[in-house]
Amino acid sequence: MARTWRELFIVDDGDPGGDGAASASKPEGERGGGFFRRLRENMRKSREALGAELEASVFQRLDEAPFERLEETLIYADVGAQTTASIVERLEREAGAGELPGGADLTRRLRELLAEAAHAGDDRIDLRHHPTVILCVGVNGTGKTTTIGKLAWHLSHELGRSVILAAGDTFRAAAVEQLGMWAERSGADFVRAAQGSDPGAVAYDAIAAAEARGRDVVIVDTAGRLHTQSHLMDELAKVRRVIEKRLPGAPHETLLNLDATTGQNGLRQALLFREAVAVSGIALTKLDGTAKGGIALAITQELGVQVKLIGIGEAIEDLRPFDPDDFARALLEG
Amino acid sequence: MFDVLSERLQSALGDVRSRGHLTEDDVAKAMRQIRLALLEADVNFQVVKRFTAQVKERALGHEVLESLNPAQQVVKIVSDELTELMGGAGRDLVFSPTPPTVILMAGLQGSGKTTACAKLARHLRTEHDKDVALAACDVYRPAAVDQLVRVGEEAGATVYEQGTGRDPVDIAEWALGRAKSEGRDVLIVDTSGRLHVDKELMEELARIKKRTKPHDVLLVVDAMTGQDAVNVAERFAETAAFDGVVLTKVDGDARGGAALSVKAVTGKPILYGSTGEKLDAFERFHPDRMAQRILGMGDVMTLVERAEQQMDDQRARELEQKIRNEQFTLDDFLDQMHQVRRMGPLSGLLKMIPGFNSAQLSGMNVDERELDRLGAIITSMTPEERANPAILNGSRRRRIARGSGTSVQAVNQLVKQFTQMQKVIRQLSSGRMPSLQQLVGGR
Repeated sequence: MARTWRELFIVDDGDPGGDGAASASKPEGERGGGFFRRLRENMRKSREALGAELEASVFQRLDEAPFERLEETLIYADVGAQTTASIVERLEREAGAGELPGGADLTRRLRELLAEAAHAGDDRIDLRHHPTVILCVGVNGTGKTTTIGKLAWHLSHELGRSVILAAGDTFRAAAVEQLGMWAERSGADFVRAAQGSDPGAVAYDAIAAAEARGRDVVIVDTAGRLHTQSHLMDELAKVRRVIEKRLPGAPHETLLNLDATTGQNGLRQALLFREAVAVSGIALTKLDGTAKGGIALAITQELGVQVKLIGIGEAIEDLRPFDPDDFARALLEG
Repeated sequence: MFDVLSERLQSALGDVRSRGHLTEDDVAKAMRQIRLALLEADVNFQVVKRFTAQVKERALGHEVLESLNPAQQVVKIVSDELTELMGGAGRDLVFSPTPPTVILMAGLQGSGKTTACAKLARHLRTEHDKDVALAACDVYRPAAVDQLVRVGEEAGATVYEQGTGRDPVDIAEWALGRAKSEGRDVLIVDTSGRLHVDKELMEELARIKKRTKPHDVLLVVDAMTGQDAVNVAERFAETAAFDGVVLTKVDGDARGGAALSVKAVTGKPILYGSTGEKLDAFERFHPDRMAQRILGMGDVMTLVERAEQQMDDQRARELEQKIRNEQFTLDDFLDQMHQVRRMGPLSGLLKMIPGFNSAQLSGMNVDERELDRLGAIITSMTPEERANPAILNGSRRRRIARGSGTSVQAVNQLVKQFTQMQKVIRQLSSGRMPSLQQLVGGR
């Protein structure tokens, strides 16, 4: 059963927020199945497009070949040589110890191991603060602005929260306009400043506005930046400090946007962004392509930071809470 | 960008290099390390398999076992194979005899197309003296047209746009008409990011191509792309038959295996590298040099080219004289530092020095802030001290430390590094290649 929005977010007890826009709500069970179907539908393009290599069932007999095929599948999914090796090793050990008799058990056990690896500690987003501040960071081109638009829409439609978007990307041409359009589409308020302004100041103003207008959530957009640009990472750390100073305890969630097509560099990104701004979760985007986003697994394993949201398309609805089981299944089934 | 890979290969081959004799076991060990390094560098799995098989075969072959210096042979083989993988000598854009030359840009969402369009426009304008126009055919992404208009203007190019209400195929055709009637040399067509598995959008791309008949189709690829690069490249090759690749975000520390993979699988060369967010951070990609860089053999040509762009002729000649006469002083060092800073991030430049290995780089502090400190130390010296660091005794060093707000250790380190640098420069000018130890110094 896939995770629902109510499972992803921590809300106040007795808060009727979930009854939001009735048209978007469905009974939990149906929505769970519906999610996976939607994911599958979006990914169907990729399945049809792929060759024979990524078959539904990887295993036939219990010998070398299945483990090699498995290794290949995971490497192709960008899980990385090290994480792949540790997972396959574990599986081989269990198989060798006779704990997994047949082919089917092997597949099931592997899915379990992968799902386990995709899960680390804190996997929810806490919305109990008033306002809740969410800071979005990441390398250029990972889909921060689009993800923010989608998140704002879901917060308002699934949970009835009011949202303010802070146009913290004061660098890139037309970035503010881009976020402005998403604010419009998602029904969120919008706070901006002139191009070249200090991004910390925009965040500050947005929080002030949220308090003044009684808004529930502030989502702060920032300019994409390479983690290797130390002065830009310093700037980001400064934005975070400004937020913290303005509202102690904020930002309550710092999401790192990660493109699912990213290879092993994702680990470096996660490490350096975490150092700069204490990343608390990952938004894994562009999963509607053929990339599996396996690097997220490596990140969770090595850094203990977990994926909380996934982006599965360019439409405003194409955002889902991360579900480790579905992720594990998709990794294997293609 | 290919740092870790060159580290691994050097350490794998380092073992081999130090021994005169190669066993099959040696080769197997080296191949395992190479395979791992390439995988971690995001080179496609199949490409890695083929590459290591080829190298192993040649390494075990007749020529190696019987040659006088088998270890050196393996190094050469890996280098040759890698160079071949990267595609031989660099290729340039094709310009049409009858303008406008049409260049179509395509790629995934977020790969950096729009910025690359503006950079290419600026590059063609400044380096090739072309009158460039841009066609804004991304009607889907919010504010994409706005973005292209702004960066296009900054690049000194005319931007043809019709908002977001029209079919991009029609906009492209209209833009081509405009470019022709206005006598533009080049028309660069920006398109929206699209998934290679999005049937509709891939068909749209094919239609844009058909309608505009581009002379060059460029696939924009993010340098940090993982295994999926091959899928993307193959699909775009099928639909758009691209001629070359623009690799973006090269200034990051992504290992860049995607570049190798795309070339190996599609046979198409990487034409340009985008190396930063400013519009001038754009250069021709030289595959043979890149292969050398992977193996830690440096990228000397680019360094020289960059230096030429920034340095005055006069100053360059004076410096050459000083180096010849071994009169390179701390003043010159300070001057060079300022020159070097203008050229680009220091670490990027240092990596281009032959033999300079990134393992040493991480030990050596090449922070821009460090340069400030070094500058402060030097300016705290008297002209006499700068001209002749040999006179720096304890009390002078203490004075300098105080004056620059640093420590005596920092002063000592600077003098040591500078002395090393003098030696290196002497060797370079005499045509000899300095050793790694000399390049790094002080470790």
